[in-house]
Amino acid sequence: MTILLIYIAIFVIAFLAVKFVNSRLEQRHDFTSLKTVTFGDESAVTANRTASVISVIAIFLIWGAFTGSKLTPLHAPGPYQGKGQFDYVVEGPDGQRDGATAFWQVEEKKGAAEDLEITGGDGFAQNDALNIIKYRSGQLRWDGNDEVRRRDGARIVEVNGQPTDFDPNRRDENGNLLQDRPTFRIDNGTATLTDKGALLITPYQGWQMEPIWLPAPEAVWGRIVEIAKEGYQNSTLLEHLGWSLFRVIVGFAFGALVGIPLGYAMGLSDWFRGWFDPIVEFMRPVPPLALIPLVIIWAGIGETGKIILLFLAALWIMTIAARAGVSGVNITKVHAAYSLGASKWQIMRHVIMPNSLPEIFTGARVAMGVCWGTVVAAELVAAEKGAGMMIMVASKFQLTDIVLMGIILIGIIGYGIDILMRRIERWLVPWKGRA
Amino acid sequence: MSGLKLDSISMRFDLPNGDHVQALKNVSLDIKTGELMSVLGPSGCGKTTLLNIIAGFLAPTEGAVLLNDHRVTGPAQERGMVFQKGALFEWMNVRENVAFGPRMNGVPKSESAGKVDHLLEVVGLHDFKEKAIYELSGGMQQRVALARCLANDPDVILMDEPLGALDALTREKMQGLVLKLWKETGKTIILITHSVEEALLLGERLLVMAPRPGRIHKEYRLPFAEMGVGADLREVKHHAEYAITREEILNMIWDMEEEIMGRTEGAA
Ligand SMILES: Nc1ncnc2c1ncn2[C@@H]1O[C@H](COP(=O)(O)OP(=O)(O)O)[C@@H](O)[C@H]1O
Ligand SMILES: [Mg+2]
Repeated sequence: MTILLIYIAIFVIAFLAVKFVNSRLEQRHDFTSLKTVTFGDESAVTANRTASVISVIAIFLIWGAFTGSKLTPLHAPGPYQGKGQFDYVVEGPDGQRDGATAFWQVEEKKGAAEDLEITGGDGFAQNDALNIIKYRSGQLRWDGNDEVRRRDGARIVEVNGQPTDFDPNRRDENGNLLQDRPTFRIDNGTATLTDKGALLITPYQGWQMEPIWLPAPEAVWGRIVEIAKEGYQNSTLLEHLGWSLFRVIVGFAFGALVGIPLGYAMGLSDWFRGWFDPIVEFMRPVPPLALIPLVIIWAGIGETGKIILLFLAALWIMTIAARAGVSGVNITKVHAAYSLGASKWQIMRHVIMPNSLPEIFTGARVAMGVCWGTVVAAELVAAEKGAGMMIMVASKFQLTDIVLMGIILIGIIGYGIDILMRRIERWLVPWKGRA
Repeated sequence: MSGLKLDSISMRFDLPNGDHVQALKNVSLDIKTGELMSVLGPSGCGKTTLLNIIAGFLAPTEGAVLLNDHRVTGPAQERGMVFQKGALFEWMNVRENVAFGPRMNGVPKSESAGKVDHLLEVVGLHDFKEKAIYELSGGMQQRVALARCLANDPDVILMDEPLGALDALTREKMQGLVLKLWKETGKTIILITHSVEEALLLGERLLVMAPRPGRIHKEYRLPFAEMGVGADLREVKHHAEYAITREEILNMIWDMEEEIMGRTEGAA
């Protein structure tokens, strides 16, 4: 929530700053800049490149700031990482009281830091030492080295000058505590009494995310480099991505190979339209993901199953696109072609097919997008190679950096596919939207 | 007999609600080879329907169309069409569009290339041969459509408001071009138009149709097309008889429109 507010704030500030800078720069006088009515004029609205760049940079900055990245200059406050100490008072079963000091320090990993040296302390309560792993809390069994133990009835009555009358031994017949467990303020953190009377020390956590939730950008980048070199789960990164892409392309190719002729047939013949309309209209709203279980039952989890799934995902989209392409043919073009002596086959080849290309390309773009999403999902369920499998396995081992890496690569590839399709479209269908 | 003969054609559309529209009733006509005929009439009087029947896109409910003594049953290259717009193939360039007819009929490229070049020259598009259709203005697109139609060497050219989508100046130039092509090629041309002036200029014969049911109301034989060939069309318009005929036809169509309005108001 706070992060979202920060993100929005960055944009408001950037917007004002860019506006200010632009107002200083010389005005351009192209067609759009001279329009006085731009609000509501769609053609006057183009994506502001500055905003796009700021958008991407802001995400990285926020990501870096909240993960303690070395790449970003500013950081959200991180977790406390030094040492700390506080005094506490123990009351023995006989009502006698004695003070002691607890020393604690935060360590990067378990066993990373040497234990603190402590010297005894006077009275029956001895001083204590505790190592706490970064981002975690540590339980201080303060009586471990004392003459009087908790099981004997000793309890803490004061922490860091804050008294408490909490007694873990006072319970109802079900063994539930009668009092709320108290929390004490200590320097750089808090201490809470557990229901067994031990002290739970939580150093100040800060605002940053733990790598296990969200690793820093450089960690993800490091993973990309590492896995690109060494591979993961018996396959290189390229193999994983390559397999996913291969499945998409094969599945899509079969889908298009069957779907386009089927769509043409439905657009050209009453019989085919009547025959396949119910099937297509029924299958269209079924999300391909819902077919995964059935396909697994029928074809297993191997390549065949995945390709059948992607084939089905692409098939209906391509069928509908081709059908729409045929219906979209201006009848005057068909009439003109007949009057010029074209045969049915020639009409098909020289009028209907080229004229339906724009629709087919729109369909192909959608189908490729759906297929890419579906293949990742299918690999999440079951696969030996593939982008989805990679992140699924990594998530089981809590390797969040690999998961993030996978998501980013999946996103980039999906975007790349779309750009590529648009390029091909502009090359093959230059007349689209201009006729 | 050579020429185009319409033998008492009637066309009745049955509507889904059980009603029907009598789009044409008993239309008979003889058109000699090489005649230039314009067809005029209020909207909905069956002009397009008539042209589509001649083209072979529609089969009349009664009667028959005969071209050079054989019966028309469907579209064929002997009857070329020029539409108002949208009939060019955007995926082909100008030259390919014009060469489409010969190509469909199996004429080798080497044979048709000369003719295509010549036609592009005639319609003034020689420098635009390799341009894409969407790069051309509306007037140029209609020139391509004319050239494409002529490339097939049809006996009859049917035009459904071919200049209807053009601005007034371009339209005047194109009218000159149509006259020129008519004279040079000697084709039979039937041209539908909304504009009385255009009908007067581009019709040796002028057919005025009346609606409900669509039928031939009156026919004129006019000298203006012949006068206009290679001449300034504005000069022709200054001809005394031109103004008189124009007034007469305008009144005629005005009355028909009034009648239609009256009838619909009476029915309402
Ligand atoms: N396919 C059709 N179904 C039903 N009615 C039609 C159809 N085509 C044309 N009509 C009717 O036939 C009449 C003549 O139409 P049309 O030939 O397009 O007139 P025009 O070209 O003179 O404006 C109109 O009343 C029109 O509504
Ligand atoms: Mg019409």
